[in-house]
Amino acid sequence: MNSNQLQHQVLYMRRSLFDQGYLDSEQLIQLEDLQDDANPNFVEEVVSLFYSDSARLIQNIEQTLSNRPVDFSRLDDILHQFKGSCSSIGAKKVKDACSQFREYCNAGNAEGCSSSFQLIKQEYETLRRRLESYFQMVKQAKAA
Amino acid sequence: MMIGAEGASSSKKARISENPVSKNRPYFALVVDDDPMIRRIHSMILKSVGFKVEVAENGKEAVDLFRTGAKFHIVFIDMEMPVMDGIEATKAMRAMKVESKIVGVTSRNSETEREVFMQAGLDLCYTKPLTMAKIVPLLEELQKN
Repeated sequence: MNSNQLQHQVLYMRRSLFDQGYLDSEQLIQLEDLQDDANPNFVEEVVSLFYSDSARLIQNIEQTLSNRPVDFSRLDDILHQFKGSCSSIGAKKVKDACSQFREYCNAGNAEGCSSSFQLIKQEYETLRRRLESYFQMVKQAKAA
Repeated sequence: MMIGAEGASSSKKARISENPVSKNRPYFALVVDDDPMIRRIHSMILKSVGFKVEVAENGKEAVDLFRTGAKFHIVFIDMEMPVMDGIEATKAMRAMKVESKIVGVTSRNSETEREVFMQAGLDLCYTKPLTMAKIVPLLEELQKN
């Protein structure tokens, strides 16, 4: 692909992330707005920190869900943190999945928590794949 | 065409040129949060409008900074942190007669929890994440005073 095609591909991928509800455009634009010559990789750094946060929180959820009896209060705390983390980069679908999980938590429904946890992991993996592809394309377009 | 930043460049230039802080003496801010991502984002937002920023990972680190004589015009402090949370840290700072504006930043929606945080000695409490829209009025207030 030539430079123009790459740029169009970047814009298309970006628009899809917003239109398909994966990312909140306002939050991503705010992060991009902060990126400058002194911090040229700021957005990617923040997204990497989101990946680290998420990996840790997913592990904590897994561990807590496997304990008997299920500590719903602890789960709620972890999900609350995860929601906060999602808000920082505008990860809408993951955040919505976390909200659904919290409802099951409040109802003391362990099965509901397990199934919504699967959804959280699914949405997170999809978002991560798409963001990695997007940033890869951004790099290619800049280099072209 | 700026890749990955449609519409951002002109607003960025307008914001920095209107920045009230950069026209005057520097203002110092402390960001207190156990989440490295939040520390990074909030620091960048504050630096972008001209603040000099320090960070602390928990309430104890924040209190220790003040104990060693550090001074800040404004503190942004998370409610839930290990070692010492935002509520205890805010109480400790006010007990030390810290006069900085202290702004709580929390993702908790419960009015009761926010009220407890406010009662600890906050000037304000915001929901995470911080945004330019939340910070600019604070800057203008500092500027007036």
